[in-house]
Amino acid sequence: MAGILAAAAPAFLASLVEFVEALTIVLAVGATRGWRTALSGALAGVAFLAVALAVFGPALGRIPIESLQLFVGILLLFFGMRWLRKAILRYAGAIALRDEASAYAATTSRFGAVARPAAFDWSAFATTWNAIVLEGLEVVFIVIAVGTTAGALGAATAGAGLAGAIVIAAGFVLRAPLARIPENTLKFAVGIMLAAFGTYWTAEGLHSPWPGGDAALFALAIGFLLASLAGVALARSRRVTS
Amino acid sequence: MKALGGVANALLGLFVDDRLFALALAVWIGAIAAAAAFGFGPAQLRGVALFAGLVAILLTSVARAARP
Repeated sequence: MAGILAAAAPAFLASLVEFVEALTIVLAVGATRGWRTALSGALAGVAFLAVALAVFGPALGRIPIESLQLFVGILLLFFGMRWLRKAILRYAGAIALRDEASAYAATTSRFGAVARPAAFDWSAFATTWNAIVLEGLEVVFIVIAVGTTAGALGAATAGAGLAGAIVIAAGFVLRAPLARIPENTLKFAVGIMLAAFGTYWTAEGLHSPWPGGDAALFALAIGFLLASLAGVALARSRRVTS
Repeated sequence: MKALGGVANALLGLFVDDRLFALALAVWIGAIAAAAAFGFGPAQLRGVALFAGLVAILLTSVARAARP
């Protein structure tokens, strides 16, 4: 049960963030350039990701679990630490907080200023394709990484699927960017989770057992949380004193 | 081709944002892997050392990036 939750929770939260980012662009393009083009690009992006997953996904099953833990653990470390660093800098005010309403406004003004072409709008198609593929790649990576190493690929996929269903349903009802979702806070939480998982599995993959076994995962998450809070304070003080 | 290049760049971008930060992470993970390969130090402390180094790298990078 703990393994299922450990795989589903980060997959759900991370996917929620990525789906919101992708939906913002699809909604902005749809509102300004037409829904047929926006949805065609989005569906083509989903098809590309499905093919990539079908081609590369089964290959992971043939890799021995310890090698997989080390490989995925290192990738998760890079991925999670990058998110965490950015989240700390955002909270410290060193870089701007991500704002879906602004992203939506920027995309609509970019496309709204250009007259709609009579033929198929390839530029708008490419924009939504890009948004789905780029944000989707992050979802696919997190689902595979968290799912395979925790031995709960189904739970991770279900977590991501649930996030996708919620975001798509909300987008369909509201037809507006989901600016109320606390995206920066979610990214902070997911960064901590992924960094903790990455550290745990990297050491496991290096045949270095953790004191306390699986409980070390919680200790790592708390450790990264405290370090991040210290990082926010440090970054704020640097900005004030410099 | 241009789209595939964009996807490849995006893939790299998933893991590398600040190059110095990514390099420091790679060096530290490499050092812990070398310690594990040569049996240096107690096995149970390697994970703790990995975590401590990662935190130090994170805080150093954040302090550096926060300078206006």
